[in-house]
Amino acid sequence: MDSIKILAIESSCDETAAAVVVNGRQVLSNIISSQVPMHTLYGGVVPELASRAHIEAIHPVVEEALRAAGLTLQDIDAVAVTYGPGLVGALLVGVAFGKALAFGLRKPLIGVNHIEGHVSAALLEHPDLEPPFLCLIVSGGHTNLAYMHDYGEFEILGTTRDDAAGEAFDKVARAIGLGYPGGPKIEKAAREGNPEAIHFPRGKVDEAPYDFTFSGMKSAVLNYLNHAEMTGEPVSQADVAASFQAAVTDVLVSRAIHAVKERGEKQLVLAGGVAANGALRAALRKACEEAGVTLYVPSPVFCTDNAAMIGAAGYYRFIRGERSGWDLNAVPYLELTE
Amino acid sequence: MTILAIESAALTASAAVVNEEMILAETTLNTKLTHSQTLLPMIDEILRRTEIGPEEIDAVAVSAGPGSFTGLRIGAATAKGLGMAWDKPLIAVPTLDAMAYGLWGSRFLLCPIMDARRSQVYNGLYRFDGQGNLSRLVGPRALGIGELLAELKETAEPVVFLGDGVPVFRAAIEAKMGDQALFAPPSASRQRASAVAALGLEMLKRGETVTAAAFAPFYLRISQAERERARRLTQEQGGSL
Repeated sequence: MDSIKILAIESSCDETAAAVVVNGRQVLSNIISSQVPMHTLYGGVVPELASRAHIEAIHPVVEEALRAAGLTLQDIDAVAVTYGPGLVGALLVGVAFGKALAFGLRKPLIGVNHIEGHVSAALLEHPDLEPPFLCLIVSGGHTNLAYMHDYGEFEILGTTRDDAAGEAFDKVARAIGLGYPGGPKIEKAAREGNPEAIHFPRGKVDEAPYDFTFSGMKSAVLNYLNHAEMTGEPVSQADVAASFQAAVTDVLVSRAIHAVKERGEKQLVLAGGVAANGALRAALRKACEEAGVTLYVPSPVFCTDNAAMIGAAGYYRFIRGERSGWDLNAVPYLELTE
Repeated sequence: MTILAIESAALTASAAVVNEEMILAETTLNTKLTHSQTLLPMIDEILRRTEIGPEEIDAVAVSAGPGSFTGLRIGAATAKGLGMAWDKPLIAVPTLDAMAYGLWGSRFLLCPIMDARRSQVYNGLYRFDGQGNLSRLVGPRALGIGELLAELKETAEPVVFLGDGVPVFRAAIEAKMGDQALFAPPSASRQRASAVAALGLEMLKRGETVTAAAFAPFYLRISQAERERARRLTQEQGGSL
């Protein structure tokens, strides 16, 4: 088949991103305009400010993605855009821009699920990887254990009953004074700490072996901090960070390994923003080696929000003949199985 | 000259293709449907029905604000996407100006009011001169409806109210203004893309265009988060003095 070039756009949270991807696998460009410095002033993502930043960044970012790929708009075969899940106001910027761009160019439009994009990030650097495989998807808004039967065909095995793992990182980071963004700051602080200093509970959901719960763990951290404050005991930020990170990692790794064993699956994909966490990557890699499972982990730049992953997922939708209409809307709570 | 105009600053979704002579096509929806679902299909339809291609369009005019933050961004993102695809300039038409322009030639004081929540309206005051030129006397601004009505009462002249603030504040307007208050008919009571286009044509002739890359909506208000942060910083500074 000829090479299919997808221009992909992503604006679901706090990164405005555009990329050009060939045949779902080869990244010609991957441009990301991060809003992290702005949101840091507020201790977290402010949806209205995120949307305002997206509308200013979207045109230059798309232009830069084309320039870096050495292509013009006419060279593109289709436009893929994230339409959910995410912050509705943020999603709408990418959706409205992507739709108008595709319409104006008379090119096909493909709406892409952001979480499917995260999983598809693994395809970008592993040319031989093909479904079916298991995936552990861990981000600021999502924690899922899923089975990808085929491109675009998912079965959810487990999900979080309360906080997403990334959300727990953010809340704990705030509680111990590290601030936003929680994931990278906890990981950095944890390097100086003892992961066995404090035992935080590894919550389980009764009769749902693949589900997650992080609220008990988060409460235990807050209780520990309160108790220390009342009794005047010193708190080691590094020890709390390391012990919390170890607890989250334990939970994620144990569920994933349980799933690969139960399903007899030999391939596991780790995806989502939290997949950039070094401790999680190392622990999962070790556990997979012991279990005889091949682990696929995208480079950190493809783990956090980016448009290349949307281009990968968009390509497989494109070759299946999927097209979105000009009435495509943002869907903030879009499910992976929709 | 032919312009495609987009209006999605408030509840109205509207798209029009207009040249110096007339409206070639216009679609306007005042429903609860989201602009994200309606706007581009409307543009698609009017371009198909008029058989006008991008090569015949000189610029894309967009209602730039003030208005609903999300509505403004849907219009802005749509205009930017089209501008980039077609390599055409944009025209940032002030929303309140376009509303007043819809009552072209009126001898009355024109007072568009857009519901801005928190008992406020987005407003400007306008008048056409003897040559049919529109002058903006005040605004754009966000102010309390009471404050606006007190100011208008002082003028002791007839005032035409229009915009989605009218149904919200009609009782207050009538109580305060009495016979001084006039209300625009349905043909001009809400935003229309044809008015954005007509005013946009004037701006285009004066060379008042902006690139698709540089265009940003005119919000008038900063975000709530910025407002609260500014207040907190002021308080902290005050406390440390």
